[in-house]
Amino acid sequence: MSLASEELHLKSSRFRAEREDDWKRLERLLARVERGSLRSLSADEIVSLTVLYRATLSSLSVARATSLDRAVVEYLESLSTRAYFFVYGARTGFLSRLARFFAVDWPLAVQGLWRESLVALLITILGAVAAYQLVSHDPDWYYAFIPRDLASGRDPAASLAALRRSLYGTPDFNSVLSTVAAELFNHNARIAIFAFALGFAFGVPTVMLLLYNGCMLGAFLALYFTHGLGFEVVGWLFIHGVTELSAIILAGAAGLKIGWTLAFPGARSRADAAGAAGREAALVMCGAVIMLFFAGILESFARTLITNDWARYAVASLTAAIWGAYFYWPRRRMADG
Amino acid sequence: MAEGLRIREMITPEGVDLRIQIGDAGERLAAFLIDFCIFAVSLFVLQLIFVFSVVGSHDRDGKQAIATVFVLILFLVRNIYFIAFELTPRAATPGKRMLGLRVAARDGGRLTADAIFARNFLRELELFLPLGLVVASGFSKGAAEAWMNVAALVWSGIFLFFPLFNRDRLRAGDLVAGTWVVKTPKRRLLADLAESGVGLTSAYRFTQAQVDAYGVHELHVLEDVLRTRDRSTMAAVASRIRIKIQWALVPGETDPDFLAAYYAALRGRLEQRLLFGKRKKDKFDVG
Repeated sequence: MSLASEELHLKSSRFRAEREDDWKRLERLLARVERGSLRSLSADEIVSLTVLYRATLSSLSVARATSLDRAVVEYLESLSTRAYFFVYGARTGFLSRLARFFAVDWPLAVQGLWRESLVALLITILGAVAAYQLVSHDPDWYYAFIPRDLASGRDPAASLAALRRSLYGTPDFNSVLSTVAAELFNHNARIAIFAFALGFAFGVPTVMLLLYNGCMLGAFLALYFTHGLGFEVVGWLFIHGVTELSAIILAGAAGLKIGWTLAFPGARSRADAAGAAGREAALVMCGAVIMLFFAGILESFARTLITNDWARYAVASLTAAIWGAYFYWPRRRMADG
Repeated sequence: MAEGLRIREMITPEGVDLRIQIGDAGERLAAFLIDFCIFAVSLFVLQLIFVFSVVGSHDRDGKQAIATVFVLILFLVRNIYFIAFELTPRAATPGKRMLGLRVAARDGGRLTADAIFARNFLRELELFLPLGLVVASGFSKGAAEAWMNVAALVWSGIFLFFPLFNRDRLRAGDLVAGTWVVKTPKRRLLADLAESGVGLTSAYRFTQAQVDAYGVHELHVLEDVLRTRDRSTMAAVASRIRIKIQWALVPGETDPDFLAAYYAALRGRLEQRLLFGKRKKDKFDVG
């Protein structure tokens, strides 16, 4: 290139001409990656892709400072952004991440909420004990805790035989859709979700819901105990109830955590603290949803198939042991992947 | 400049601002609806099997089992759909791809799998679970539960409109996961206009004062005019520039040639001044 022709071209044009090949190479590599064929790149190509990415970023900085060719600046912005997304994209695979959730994250998050879980458990027990006392002294209290449409005949007016039948017969569902409702979005699943969701109101509705849930439990138990069906109802309730009540308590604990953090954010700003608490609580809540699924499966299959009281007790204790060991077995925190 | 409002600073770990454009609420909604249709249609066969097996089955326990399994599959499919697609190098579901959107980490760092899981599971809590409650209880006849339905609708309503009430159009899931949804426009490298202009500098010679008449803003307007190559616009712009710089016509002068030559000369002058730290914004900038 003669001196004259060099002077003829703008500096920015020469800058562009010198680097254009690198940009085009990066663009071609990116096009292949974006078609989803990461494995088609050789190791050398992957290395050169990151090198070209850094070179392009530096071209972008230079172009912004010295070039008024808008086409180049906009092209480099778009190219750098695409390459940036590849270089700093997600690296963990779907299954390995899922495995880590079950192996480490979920149990650790549950352990981290042990104080809130204890409080939620105590509130539930408090409600249950209070309602049990009230109903066993005056059965009319039963209606105060359990709405008539939910009781579906299981109330103090029912005969002993009818109550016994309700523990062993298959429940009477009108349609399949109401079955779905009963399985997954039944009353307890709702309480769990709302106990979590309403934690944002400083946890007050969460406490009320947990208390109310305890009351329903207490009233229900009292009804059967006063009819001499105590042993049987515990088996009927806890074959899936261990899982379901644990899910409600954990969801309540997650709600309490968010509410408590919103009320007392500590040294951090309220938004930051709530965000951090939200991430932790959401982890627990995802787990609680999974537990509710298990509870639904236990309720629909195990309870209708297993009608022996001792077998029901065995399943209940087994689930209690499994969940307890799974959540609270001491384990070390793994390095973040 | 409606576009300028959606440009956000995003600093890469190398310290360069990528000036990213966020996806607007309409595009987000459209992407979601496309995704929703895709998995609704792809599950259509499964839904048919579900309906027929339920209708065909007279056994109550059997129906119950089928219903449970179906809802479980629905839950798994929609979550795996979103998460698995966002974990690919393109970090976007088919709906987002169609609208040129993708998920990115808000702090400019690596987009982690955790963040993708978090933002998608929160969608479950924001939208599907509360709406599921409403749908499910629509079939049970409990007046006592009406208030819970209202609460569920208000709850998902708040989250549905949540992106409209923050400037980065974040969903609650984005807020928690530290992500946002951005545009990824693909641009081709357009030809360098100065290259065609510099060849003409022997025919068109501009004085110092003539190339100092305009600034960067006018240069970019001129660039647009030259790229569009609309004859009447070029004639109008050329005549205005000739008047402004008091240009004497050269023999055989044409509007495109004049504009290309002036573009090259103006850009050369402005870039030269840029190297000395002076960016002349527009023609009013005389400092």
